[in-house]
Formats: sequence, structure tokens, C-alpha cells
Amino acid sequence: MEGYRQAVWREPVILELGLEGRGGFKIPELEREIVDSVGEFKLPESVSRREPPGLPSLSEVEVVRHFTRLSQMSYGVDLGPVPLGSCTMKYNPKIALKYAFDDRLSSLHPLQDQDTVQGLLELLYRLEQWLKAITGMDYCSVHPAAGAQGELAGALIIRKYHELRGNLGVKREIIVPDSAHGTNPATGSMAGFKVVEVPTGEDGNIDIEALKAAVGEETAGFMITNPSTLGLFEERILDVVEIIHGVDGLVYYDGANLNGIMGRARPGDAGVDILHLNLHKTFSAPHGGGGPGAGPVCVKDRVVTGSVRLRDLVPGFRIVYEESTGKYRLEGPGQHSVGLLRAWIGNVSQLVWAYVYIAVMGAKGLRESGEISVLNTNYFLAKVKRETTMYTVPYGGDRFRKHEAVVSAEKLRDETGVTAEDVAKGLLDSGFYAPTIYFPLIVKEALMVEFTESETKESIDAYVNRLKAIEEIALKDPGEPKKWPLNTSVGRIDYVKANHPKTVTPTWRVKVLRDKGLLGPLR
Amino acid sequence: MGHPWIPNSVESVRREMLEVIGVGSVDDLYSDIPESLRLKPEEWDKLPIGFGRILSEPEIARHMEELFSKIESYRSPAPFMGGGVWPHHVPEAVKYVVSRGEFLTAYTPYQAEISQGLMQALFEYQSLVAELLEMEVVNGSMYDWSSALGEALLMAIRVNGRRKFLVPETMNPRHRRVAETYTWPHDGRLVSVKVDRRTGLLDLNDLESKVDGETAAVYIEYPAYTGVIEENAALIGDIAHRKGAIYIMGVEPISMAILKPPGSLGADIAVGEGQPLGLGLNYGGPCLGILAVKWDGELVKQMPGRIIGLTSTVDGVERAFAMILQTREQHIRRAKATSNITTNEALMAAAAAVYLSLLGRNGLVELAKHIWYKSHYAAKRLSSIEGIEAPLLEGEFIMDFTLRLPLEAERFRSFLKSRKIMAGIPLGGLAWFTSRDLLLTVTEVHSRNDIDRLVEVTGEAVRGV
Ligand SMILES: Cc1ncc(COP(=O)(O)O)c(C=O)c1O
Repeated sequence: MEGYRQAVWREPVILELGLEGRGGFKIPELEREIVDSVGEFKLPESVSRREPPGLPSLSEVEVVRHFTRLSQMSYGVDLGPVPLGSCTMKYNPKIALKYAFDDRLSSLHPLQDQDTVQGLLELLYRLEQWLKAITGMDYCSVHPAAGAQGELAGALIIRKYHELRGNLGVKREIIVPDSAHGTNPATGSMAGFKVVEVPTGEDGNIDIEALKAAVGEETAGFMITNPSTLGLFEERILDVVEIIHGVDGLVYYDGANLNGIMGRARPGDAGVDILHLNLHKTFSAPHGGGGPGAGPVCVKDRVVTGSVRLRDLVPGFRIVYEESTGKYRLEGPGQHSVGLLRAWIGNVSQLVWAYVYIAVMGAKGLRESGEISVLNTNYFLAKVKRETTMYTVPYGGDRFRKHEAVVSAEKLRDETGVTAEDVAKGLLDSGFYAPTIYFPLIVKEALMVEFTESETKESIDAYVNRLKAIEEIALKDPGEPKKWPLNTSVGRIDYVKANHPKTVTPTWRVKVLRDKGLLGPLR
Repeated sequence: MGHPWIPNSVESVRREMLEVIGVGSVDDLYSDIPESLRLKPEEWDKLPIGFGRILSEPEIARHMEELFSKIESYRSPAPFMGGGVWPHHVPEAVKYVVSRGEFLTAYTPYQAEISQGLMQALFEYQSLVAELLEMEVVNGSMYDWSSALGEALLMAIRVNGRRKFLVPETMNPRHRRVAETYTWPHDGRLVSVKVDRRTGLLDLNDLESKVDGETAAVYIEYPAYTGVIEENAALIGDIAHRKGAIYIMGVEPISMAILKPPGSLGADIAVGEGQPLGLGLNYGGPCLGILAVKWDGELVKQMPGRIIGLTSTVDGVERAFAMILQTREQHIRRAKATSNITTNEALMAAAAAVYLSLLGRNGLVELAKHIWYKSHYAAKRLSSIEGIEAPLLEGEFIMDFTLRLPLEAERFRSFLKSRKIMAGIPLGGLAWFTSRDLLLTVTEVHSRNDIDRLVEVTGEAVRGV
């Protein structure tokens, strides 16, 4: 995209704007009768605020302009490709926006009578049924608020499983591959387990010998991401499942990368016990600049002990359909459930979004999404291999990738000093979002690219052309890329100042107090 | 024709791309999936997913309208219900800003230079909430109040190594359940502190007797689940601090406009629900978990979640925003991270920033007073009905209040529903409340007529017994 220029508004922080007396929202007038009936406004002295809070005073015009300007200094899928690996940045269909943000939905209180929300419960129930069919699992719950919370749900289920079987004293470890997303090991810790990492082999699969060595009595579970963060299908998944089940461990499957196999294989068929999905990835719900998400958790109907099944351990509320009355209702959490992870049923508007998406696509459309995303990845990779010289493709040799590919700029760095970060900035300059960089950690100078099925062949071609142009510039004038980006609203950012105890500024309040000499370094 | 959302689904494009890859069909791209796991396209296409075919936009719209026709949303009057999310008017300007694709369809701002506007909006959210709470550090959001509380309790464990948490016996039961879920793997223990049955205030003697060297944190709600404003909030903080416990306050943000902020009451950590700030109810999600701490490096180091900071460009010339203190987070620290959270409620935080900017210092105060007046008006009028005690608790309140009915709360609710009013959350099962006790909520969305109608129908319900 030649000629890309992002807006430069140099917009003040909103707390610097405004004029006493202005307001952007008129509060309805209080009826005289109410004031007369209640009398004077009063609060106990000990809790009565003396000064109004230090918020600005702005008209609606100014507020809308301010935030519209800020939006022009932001970048999303509606503007161009966001091929962030591991993030599955699909197009977010506008018909789904209409229903996800519908006023009829936004005015529903979660405790209003369930008779009055039958249409919504039906929708959520059907969504859970669809997710079961998509994954090959036996029970799904839409409770978790994001992928990481779905993982936490899963890890807590593992904990409960061993507790109910009386083995929690022994089952203290969760095993995670070294290529795993950071949320996996972090989740293991949050659920009270010791986290053990196993390496990845040259072929991109988990090193089975290392896994066997790591597995033992104390193994509570294993967290597998498939396709992995290298974009490779875990070829020995069946062996992995068998090894873990062999020590009464549970297999947790991070389904954030489901797009890579959707339509062609199902995790449930591989015998995994628990998984989560990211509806804000695979099922087109938008990311909103970092959230909200929705991370349903699904389980197999495995026996825990006696009549208790894994599904009884799942957190959140169960949506039950009663055939006799033709009605839906919410139950739980039941006595064996790990409990609640958030106060209410789930991130409903994101769930409605995903419902619309799946309803439109059906099985066939979802398969096509998966296929074209894989096609796009391998097309990109073939072009990179053919048309560039400085980007290599570590792990897995010539194996086909699935939803994403990880390219290394190590050679480029070694020969020119130009790093993955520089390449990323060069992409921004031509109006593309950059890939995920420096992840997975096992790849040096990683550029992790995921186009999804939403990208056109033309933009993939343009992306590769830009990568090629960057390497040419790097070879000719390695100093040049260090100046990038030039076309975004600001240039490179000072992270030292951003994080130093004396200058770190997490809020405007800190700046004001520090400028007045009222705040010391953060210690 | 290709699929509208899949540009490369056009057959000629597909073929051209396969040629570049050097394979005959997409099937070849899946050859590494073990045979026994691979599904044939015909097998997959038969699975019960969607409606058996790809739908057009008019078809999905018709289907959604049909589903939505089985939803009764209560808008006049809006539900007289809170309990953790509350009905409030959502300004159109808020909806407009958050539906802009530059925000809505962006990812977490990993590439700072091209995401300055988004990061500034999030920094402004943090900054506006910091003013409201008078606390210096606010994160970019948690999922909701309850999970923010869960994480705050885990922070306390990491800071002082203790595991006992003192909480009011009348605390929001759903929040309590979430807090228990989060702390369970770490042997956290929630212990109830008595609440005075007459005033709804925390029993300070009981607190004194329970707070000890094992106490990781003391938590109160402010205002409480019952709507009562804890008058002794500062004293409670002193009691906690004397035993080395962390003081956590859980807040509803609109009432902060007229209540002394946690930062001035000795709170170390504040959590709360940002949903009232322009989010709508959405049947309980998305919400917006507020998490703030005072200026203390030890606490900040233990904070979960993303934080946006103000800095400058490398050349020092321009102001710039960046994700800061990331060494706490999962993508850097992995198993040693303070939390696993990454996707949060960013768009909702942006909505809250717009909301707080629109209302501003005077607007928010006026709104809080307005709600105070209306909830008092409702309580007063209801109390004039023979057989009703309203408010049941004598402590000062705002927005939510308790009442005791001469009939079962569930029956009362059904009666009101038959009159097209959705009102109240039954309190039976919580602490010492009975099955005739109800939590009622009144906000600015309820007009005087709405309230009068509620009173009238309540009268009928009571006289019916
Ligand atoms: C592989 C993988 N697992 C888990 C997650 C966590 O999901 P979320 O960001 O929704 O919490 C992500 C994305 O961040 C991911 O890429």
C-alpha cells in the first residue's frame, strides 16, 4: 500500500481538555415531587466526598471529536490485513455486529425471569451444541470470558478431577511444550500446579522421548496446542494422549488455533479430555483492541469417580433444555463444579456474534474457512521461500503449515543487523499490520504470520513484496530500517522511560502529582 | 460466486495459489494429520453445525429476528434490578465510538506506533478511573468485578504470604463464589465477618476478633451488595493495616462521584465493576473489571493484566503511549507471571472512558445524586405500604436497597412480572436474610412514573396476600 500515512493529530490527553461548566450528557431533571418527598441530599460525614472527582468537563462535540481522532490513530481489520500469528484476525461481519450490539440484548438483566429470555437461552444452547459438533467433544460451556479464562477453567477441572479421585497430593505437575503460548504455563501456575516444560523436536513435533522422561506419577495433565504455535499439526498427538492417559493425567487442548484444522479433523476424536476455543479468533467475534473475548470450555464425558463425570466439574451455568415444556433454563453451578469464574453466564454479545457467524457458515462454510486459511498460509510461505533470500523457515522442514507460519529473520539480522522488529516497523510503514514477533520463543527473530481466510491473494502478494523490499533495503543500507516507522502517527517509542521507576506513568494522575513533586519513584 | 467473507474462495484464485504451492488440491495440505483422525469433507459437512447450508444475509436476519422475538426486554420500566450489573442509560456517543472499526476490529496494541489512538483511549480510561478512585495505578481492565476481586486476593497472597480473607457475610454471593474459585488452588480461605442486622454495617468487634497474623486481606464492598454505604470504611482499613493485612475495597463507580474515594480511605487495592459506565446489561456480559492500586512498587509488581503508560518517542520529541511493566505478564514471564490474563475488556474500557468524559466532573456528581434521590424516593414510597419494611437496613444507601415483604419474594416477583414489571433480587439464603427479603434497584432510567407504578403494583401484590 504505497502512500500510506496514518493520521497525526497530536491529540491532548482528555484530562487536559475542557472548560468548567461544559457537559456532554444531560442528566434527566429530577421531578419536584421527588425532591420534596425525600428532602435534602445528605450523606454521612465520614464517607461524603468533598471535591467532585478530577474528571474533565467537555461537550459531546468535543468528546466525539477527540475519540474519533484517536480512532484514526489506530488500526484494525476493517482497514487492512492484521496477520498477527496466533491471533486469527478474521474479518468481523457487520451483520453479526448488528445483533451483538442490539438494544434488545443490551437491556437484558441476567437475573430477569428466564421465561423472558427464552430466545437468548435457545441461541446459547444451540451455540454449545454446535461447538460440540465442531470439536468432537461431549459438553461445552460458554462461561469463560476469554481464552485464558477457558484455560483456567480447564486447569481447574484437572485439579478437581484429581482431588475427587483423592490424588491431588501426588498430582502436582502440568506439562507444557516450550512452544506453548504464555497463557498455558501461566494458567498451570494459577491453578496451583508446578509447570514443567518439554522441548520441541526439529520436525516441529513435541519431542516424545523428552515427554516420556518428563511424565510420571506426579503428572496431573498436559497442555497441548494443536496445530502448534509453529503452525504445524502435532503428528504424534495420539501417542501423546496415550502417554498422558497412561499415568492418569488429563490432556488439555488449547483450541485457539482451531482454524488450522477446522473442517478436516476434530480434537475430540484424538481423545483429548478438555479444550477451550477462542470465539474472538476462530469464530469471527472482534478483538476490540484487546477484548472482550469469549473462551468456551469443552470436555469429554469421562468418568471422574462413581457417577461424577468431567462435565459436572465444568464452571459456570448449565443451559438445560426441557423437552416436556419446550423451555430452556439455567442451572448450577452444581456441587462438583469448580465454581464460577465470572459473576454471570458469559460474554453474551461475543457469543451472539459467534452464533451469527456459525449459523451463516454452517459446516461447509466453516470447512471452507479452515481450508482457505491453510491455503493462504502455504501460499504465503511458498512465495517467501521462492522470492526472498533472507527469511528462513525453521522447524518442520518442508511440512505444510496450517493456520500460520513462523518465519525467522535471523539470517537478515546476522548479515545486516536488521531485526524482526525492524521488519515489523517496515511493514507498518506500508499500511500493513506487522506479524507477531519474537514468538514462539524457540524461534530466533520470529515473524509469526497468520492471514486467515479473510485476506485476498492480492494483499498476500503485496505483503511478500514488502518483505522483499525490506530485505533489499536492509542489504543496501542497513541503517535505514532503524529509522522506521515513518508513516505512523509516531515514530519508535522510548520503553526505558516508559518503565523506569522515576518516569513510569501509568495514569495522568501520576504525571500531575510527580510534576508537583508529590510523588517519588515507584518502589 | 465466492463466499462474501472469504475472498480467495473463488475457484480460479484457489487453483492459481495451489499451483504456486505445488500441490494438486487442498487435501494435500492436511496430509500430516494421522489418517484415523482425518475427516472427509463429506463427513464433516454432515455434522450438525449451523443449518445445513450457507445462509444469505436476509436469511440470517430473519432467523435472528425470530430468536429475538422470544426475548422480552424490559425498557419501560427497565428492570428494578442490580446485584452487580445495573440498568443505566448508554449514551449514543459511547455506542458510536466503540463501533468504529479502528477500535472494534483492532487487536491488542502490540505494535505501538500504529496503535497510539487505541492506547491513548485506554490510558485515558486508566487515568479517569484513577481520578474517580484517587488511586495512582489502574490496569487496562479485568473481565469483571468478581474476577478482579479473585485476582486481588491472589495478589495479597503473593505480597504477604498469608491465606485468610475476611469478607462481609452479606457480600455479593456470585462474587464470593468467583473469589473462592480463584483462591481455591492456593489454599485461600474466605471467612465471613458479621454485618449488623439493623444497619447493614460491618460489625467492627467481629472484625477485630477475626483479623490476625494469618489474614492476607480484608475486603469490603462500597457501597455494599445491600446498597448500604459502609460509614466505617476508613476505620476498617486501619484495623486491617494494624495486623499487616491488605485492605481491598470493591466499588460501584457512579457512586464514587459523591462518596469518599478508596484512595482517601486507606485502600491498598480497589476493584469494581465498570459496567455502569456506558456498557449496558447484555445479560451479564461483557462487563469491565476495575483493578487499581496505590503508588506502591510492591503492589504494582504483583498487579495482573495490561497497563498502558505515557512516555515519549525515542528521540524525545513527541508524546507516546506504550504497554508498560510487561515483565509481570504471561507472554514474558510465562509460569511466573502474576496472572494468565491477556485478552481483557479493552473495548469496554474505551467505552467507559467515553462515558466518563461525557458526564465529566459535574455530570457524574449530578447523576449520582439523581440516583440517590430516586432510590430514596422509591424506598420511602414503598415503606408507606402496610406490611413492607423499606429499607430493611437503616444504613445510608444509594441505588440498591433491601426490603422485607409480607409475602415470599419469589411470589412477589411473579406477581410483578404479570404486570410487566421486572423487579428485585431475592435475598433468601444470604447471611440472615429471609425468603421475604428483596434487593431492589432504582437508577436514572426509572422515571417517577415508573417508580409510582412499581409502588402501586407492589401495593396490589401485598394486598393480594
Ligand atoms: C495459542 C493461544 N492460546 C491462548 C490464548 C489466550 O487467549 P485470550 O487472549 O483470549 O485469553 C491465545 C491468545 O492470546 C493464543 O494465541
